[in-house]
Amino acid sequence: MSDASKEWPLWEVFVRGKGGLSHRHVGSVHAADAQMALEHARDTYTRRMEGVSLWVLPSAQITASDPGEAAALFEPAEDKVYRHPTFYKIPDGITHI
Amino acid sequence: MEKLAQYALRLGDDALILGQRLSEWCGHAPALEVDLSLANIALDQVGQATHFLNLAGAIEAKGRDGDALAFHRDVMDFTNCLLVEQPNGDFAQTMARQFLYAHYQHLLFEAMRSVQDERFAAIAAKAVKETAYHAKLASDWVIRLGDGTEESRARMIAGLDWMWRFADELFVMDEIDEAAIKVGAGIDKPALRPAWDARIDAALAEAGLERPASRRPVLGGRTGRHSEHLGHLLSQMQFLQRAYPGATW
Repeated sequence: MSDASKEWPLWEVFVRGKGGLSHRHVGSVHAADAQMALEHARDTYTRRMEGVSLWVLPSAQITASDPGEAAALFEPAEDKVYRHPTFYKIPDGITHI
Repeated sequence: MEKLAQYALRLGDDALILGQRLSEWCGHAPALEVDLSLANIALDQVGQATHFLNLAGAIEAKGRDGDALAFHRDVMDFTNCLLVEQPNGDFAQTMARQFLYAHYQHLLFEAMRSVQDERFAAIAAKAVKETAYHAKLASDWVIRLGDGTEESRARMIAGLDWMWRFADELFVMDEIDEAAIKVGAGIDKPALRPAWDARIDAALAEAGLERPASRRPVLGGRTGRHSEHLGHLLSQMQFLQRAYPGATW
């Protein structure tokens, strides 16, 4: 068994696929600090031309919602389809929408 | 062998042997991420080797391609510098080799981008970006290990101590280099040395490490006088093509 206290901390990796797109979460790496995390992210997640920019952030810095509260948080949205902009007729000839 | 072909062969052999050495780490690196780092660098080197060895074969024009040159030559015919064939040792020793070599290779390709011979310039223009990253990564590790724990520092010092005597060979010129310069493909390697020294010294200073004491340089790789380590490397690398000549998949 490896000693967990001796392992490098975990970092979450975000890659921007190309200019104009937002950074997307792709996975995580272990690294001793931010610089090493960037290098590991580069070597692990951008080997096949996946990206033009990288973000890394310490996984410990993420605050996640509680799965136990998922019902209260997310299910009320399920019967509110009117919040989707799908009830409009789009006139012919309108582009870029 | 024509001198220009020999020149291309040396460039290819350096990259090939370093790539093979680094690939020995595959599955054994200290962390999964480092395993990928080293495998990436190894693949970059094998890619460069493919270009230079194919070019050497084309210039030679005796029907040998890069594969024939890589897998069907004996140890005395290899022209790589002694540094790249040195054993991996521990991770610090590998990084010491990588540090000394990657900065040289990056400076070499920076200069080679603008040589007259477009075949060499094109390979260098592609490879220079890869080697810029190799050099940065190696410097970062030398600094980390040198400025790390007592143990990492001791290992980094030992690694540099092992590799240092092979650094001078990188900058030695002979009639092959002179001939390559005459036809617009060669590089004045001693002219790269001040920049190399500056980069090495800057990283060592940041790592809190002393530059190893100058020692009598060990030379001979360019003319086929290798250490005992290269034969073992080749016996593994060439095994399949020796046992099953022409095998493909």
